[in-house]
Amino acid sequence: MSVQTEGTDTAGEPAVRKAGVPAPPPGEDRTSAGTPSRRAAAAPYLLLLPALLATLVLLGWPLVKNGMLSFQNLNPRQLIQHLTEWNGVDNYREVLTGGEFWHVVERSVVFTAVNVVLIMVFGTLIGLLLARLGSKMRLLLMVGLVLAWAMPIIAATTVYQWLFAQRFGVVNWVLDKLGWHSMADHNWLETQFSTFAVVTLLIVWQSIPFVAINLYAATTTIPRELYEAASLDGAGSWQNFTSVTLPFLRPFLYATTFLEVIWVFKSFAQIFAMNEGGPDHLTETLPIYAYVQGVGNQHFGLGAAISFLTVLVLLAITSYYLRMVLKQEEDEL
Amino acid sequence: MKRSLIGRIWPNATAVVLFAGFVFPVYWMFATAFKPTGDIIADDPVWFPTHATLSHFEKAVDADHFWTLVLNSVTVTVLSVLFSLVIALFAAFALTRMRFRGRRGLIVTFMLAQMAPWEVMIIAIYMLVRDNDMLDSLVPLTVFYTMMVLPLTILTLRGYVAAVPKELEESAMVDGCTRFQAFVKVIFPLLAPGLMATSLFGFVTAWNEFPLVLILNKDVEKQTLPLWLSQFQTAFGDDWGATMAASSLFALPILILFIFLQRKAVSGLTDGAVKG
Repeated sequence: MSVQTEGTDTAGEPAVRKAGVPAPPPGEDRTSAGTPSRRAAAAPYLLLLPALLATLVLLGWPLVKNGMLSFQNLNPRQLIQHLTEWNGVDNYREVLTGGEFWHVVERSVVFTAVNVVLIMVFGTLIGLLLARLGSKMRLLLMVGLVLAWAMPIIAATTVYQWLFAQRFGVVNWVLDKLGWHSMADHNWLETQFSTFAVVTLLIVWQSIPFVAINLYAATTTIPRELYEAASLDGAGSWQNFTSVTLPFLRPFLYATTFLEVIWVFKSFAQIFAMNEGGPDHLTETLPIYAYVQGVGNQHFGLGAAISFLTVLVLLAITSYYLRMVLKQEEDEL
Repeated sequence: MKRSLIGRIWPNATAVVLFAGFVFPVYWMFATAFKPTGDIIADDPVWFPTHATLSHFEKAVDADHFWTLVLNSVTVTVLSVLFSLVIALFAAFALTRMRFRGRRGLIVTFMLAQMAPWEVMIIAIYMLVRDNDMLDSLVPLTVFYTMMVLPLTILTLRGYVAAVPKELEESAMVDGCTRFQAFVKVIFPLLAPGLMATSLFGFVTAWNEFPLVLILNKDVEKQTLPLWLSQFQTAFGDDWGATMAASSLFALPILILFIFLQRKAVSGLTDGAVKG
């Protein structure tokens, strides 16, 4: 969640430059001072070794393994007998030529877009509201946000199942009392649309606090002088917002949107625990689809191919921002 | 700037409505858990648990394997947070206090690692774990959870290490400490609050993890609480009292942790976000 924002890496950078351990000049290694300075030069790498090793082995290896599996014909028979049967691009051909995969991609993209737009719009509005409130009311709203944020995902999912339960669920009762009598006994998990509606409400409810609280914290770092300068120029409150607040928060908003896209796109527990991708596979997004095809139906190779394509879709969606981050890291070198 | 009466009322009114909206599901979970079944399945909702009972909690706690799973969850979560803190502390120290070739590249690597699509790599992980005969074990869970929380731990700890004045370390070294001693004696105690706040997010991630344990551990004795909770409702039918009691028990540790550490953690995150 620590996100690079435009050109602001000042945390300890000067200190680092001062403390820089110069690499030993070539040829001086064998002098008496050689050993300690070489040791000093190796120190950062030694300190980073555990983290690097963990990343390579625990993240890199599964990624590579996933790539290899996706080119294998791997079903229960091969699994049990420990057979490795390469089948080239058959898995990819099967996935990409079947219509279902593209439906799932479309569904995942729409699902992600709807959720992220709702999260960002309401998260930003609530963040700005927090900045306007008095300290007591702010604390009250913060407590509410933090409680929603802190709810473990599976616990939150069971609570939403209960809120939207067909019988005795409080949502149906309220809708009935509001005069929508056909909803008195409504089964929310019966159709694709209403299942997604419940999942979306759950995800948006749990995601808004992160955006709102951090956005509020970011607004507190806006220098007062900027507003004073703006009001000298005769800016009203709307102009204050568009000419000072918004530009200041822009890097933060980009970063948060990017993170939310990734998180929502990868949501697994909420959808799976809600209804396992049902009814009738209609709420399967890409991660669920990969799981159901790969593990549920035991077409492990096929599932690995879907996983790989999922990563590609995710990269495509986030590439714009990723390029921005990487470019900016280069600029600072 | 003078605001009209309406201008002063509407933000507060909105805040109250929003507060109610955000808190209600959490409230409803606890309220239901304490209500006798008759009140839970009343035609009109009973808004307050006036006849509070602990029977649903008893049922949840008496459910098969409950205490084993609590122990499993606590073990896996605490160990993975500890491991990642130790590894991340080394890395964060090197990344903030030293200048060396490849530093930027490593930071980018950890930023990318933080976005790792664990949810879609579960098939590959399953195969790796199976090939090493480690299915139905807590070891792979601990190991992978450590990796899941590691990048964020490194990136947030960096901010806390950077916040410790360099001069403190230098003066300790002038007084004859080695760099390592200076770190242990001077910097580490100052980092304690940062370590606590940072571990909050690791704790939540590991405590929450669902897809990996779902596929790796079929043996009920080796599962964790999220999986148990997701299956609880199926096992207990429409016993919402017991399900909400189970959810409450599962959520309570995190809710308490958050309330204690939230302020520090949020400011740590924000610093991280602003400073990168």
